[in-house]
Amino acid sequence: MKTLPIADCVWEIPPSEKPGMRVPARIYASQALLGQMDQGVFEQVTNVACLPGIVRASLCMPDGHWGYGFPIGGVAAFRADTGVISPGGIGFDINCGMRVLRTRLTEAEVRPKLRELVDALFAAVPSGVGAHGFVRLTEDELREVMREGSGWCVRRGYGWPEDLAATEGGGCLPGADPEQVSVRAITRGIGQLGTLGSGNHYLEIQVVPPDGVHDAAVARAFGVTGPGQVLVMLHCGSRGFGHQVGTDYLRRFDQAMHAYGISVPDRELACAPFRSPEGQAYFGAMTAAANTAFANRQVITHRVREVLGRIFGRDPRELGLEVVYDVCHNTAKLERHVVDGAPLDLVVHRKGATRAFGPGAPDVPAAYRDVGQPVIIGGSMETGSALLVGTAHAMEETFGSTAHGAGRTMSRAQARKRVWGETLIEQLGARGIVVRAASKSGVAEEAGFAYKDLAEVVEVVHRLDVSRRVVSLRPIGNIKG
Amino acid sequence: MGRHVFLDSIAVADCAMEVVGDDLDDLFATAARAVAEVMVDPATVRRVIERDVELAAPSLDLLLYDWLSELIYLKDAEQLVFPDAEVRVRGEAPCRLAARLRGDVLDRARAALRADPKAVTFHRFALEPYAGGWRARVVIDV
Repeated sequence: MKTLPIADCVWEIPPSEKPGMRVPARIYASQALLGQMDQGVFEQVTNVACLPGIVRASLCMPDGHWGYGFPIGGVAAFRADTGVISPGGIGFDINCGMRVLRTRLTEAEVRPKLRELVDALFAAVPSGVGAHGFVRLTEDELREVMREGSGWCVRRGYGWPEDLAATEGGGCLPGADPEQVSVRAITRGIGQLGTLGSGNHYLEIQVVPPDGVHDAAVARAFGVTGPGQVLVMLHCGSRGFGHQVGTDYLRRFDQAMHAYGISVPDRELACAPFRSPEGQAYFGAMTAAANTAFANRQVITHRVREVLGRIFGRDPRELGLEVVYDVCHNTAKLERHVVDGAPLDLVVHRKGATRAFGPGAPDVPAAYRDVGQPVIIGGSMETGSALLVGTAHAMEETFGSTAHGAGRTMSRAQARKRVWGETLIEQLGARGIVVRAASKSGVAEEAGFAYKDLAEVVEVVHRLDVSRRVVSLRPIGNIKG
Repeated sequence: MGRHVFLDSIAVADCAMEVVGDDLDDLFATAARAVAEVMVDPATVRRVIERDVELAAPSLDLLLYDWLSELIYLKDAEQLVFPDAEVRVRGEAPCRLAARLRGDVLDRARAALRADPKAVTFHRFALEPYAGGWRARVVIDV
């Protein structure tokens, strides 16, 4: 497939390369990262370019890899009036996302209690297959969570009011419609609020390394004071509730799209017109799941505060355990962007891609309005993570989007063949990283060698100016499913 | 006797598998065993709970999709995992399935946990006659 360089780190596949492409496909990557992308990325990003109502281009971020339907790292915007919504462009883990809390603790203070802290967090935040959450909900309460998101948690004492302002959309996206959620989604997810999940989900104790501050002014705005500061990062989503919403609607769209005369090159791209009854039903259910994911990260935040308060014998407020930001990377949102010089309402799908709104953009919290929205890019448990900031250029180039992680280069099965989970835990321990996991094989699957170089991904988005490097973070403790 | 292999070469973040069965009954039972194997080491799960499941779908491939989705649903809704299944499939539309599952509640102290599947995807999803029996390709989002 012809992949042409059109600017530094921008590659384009013209519509002539595949029948049915309505717009070009555009991949953001260095030469090295492009070379590491599997064939599935090229196949999938061009498939997405075939969907009705797509605007400007089908995009793939530098951490892109082979997903299902859309590539992971995929961004696509569809006209709200004539375009589609596709569950495959969001993923089953609706509003999978990242949250970072800052602390006033230093590595020197945490290191002597690190093992105790990791064990306590592992016990307090259930992870892995079959885990129960600690928040017991009735069905009516779960419907309240769907409508209110993090706000429900704060109202019930699982958080601080200021947490909401530090969450994308205030922790509650508009348009949630619990009536569009199946009974099966409710029964599947009702016991899981406050659970981490498995796979690449984690709760991590991190430190700003000696050379980790890249933009001191923006770091200060994020409450990051300098090397040695400890932060807590979590990566999880809507759990079985969102997975069932995705399953229900993928199955429904697979049948329904034919009535709208839509044919897609990959069945996983099943979609419906956004303004159709099916499209609106999915949007309502998907948003309900997104709000539940915010609530999940919020109640885990509450647990983290409880644990750190207990271990360090101080009130969590004294420890400065404030949310820096909480940002989604698996959603479709109704947003207004400028297209061909005019504002246009778009359904922006981000699947494994992070919103990266710049200074002054709507929904950027007041505390960050002058610098831009914090962007959280999670890496592997070996290589660390990064805080970046959104830019005005991202609004023009990528519908306000950037990368979300390092991106896999190796399958889970291949990774398991390379290393035993127990061995990797020992190796990481020798490097000062304490790991607790519900599944040892899951640890092997998440080994650092299974991922791209995070620094390279961050370098590319920084060079492209779709987000700017602010702080690097190094893990010292990791809890996995 | 059916067999399954996990495929390394597609959907790197997820779990792709190819399942082969002597007939439809065998294929559906083997696919159920493969999904259980994604979640847990089957050798660490007792066979002390039985559950009967009946499903209907407009086509055979959708019946397989619904069947595997049901197993993932039971894992979350009731914390049940079933490494063994006896399945009877009627292949003519409307396609039907009657199954008896055997397994246990996920006991985190006893079972060797693996991944937590989210969903069955339609990515490269296929069910087709093969060498006198049947073959399926399934990608599970984990």
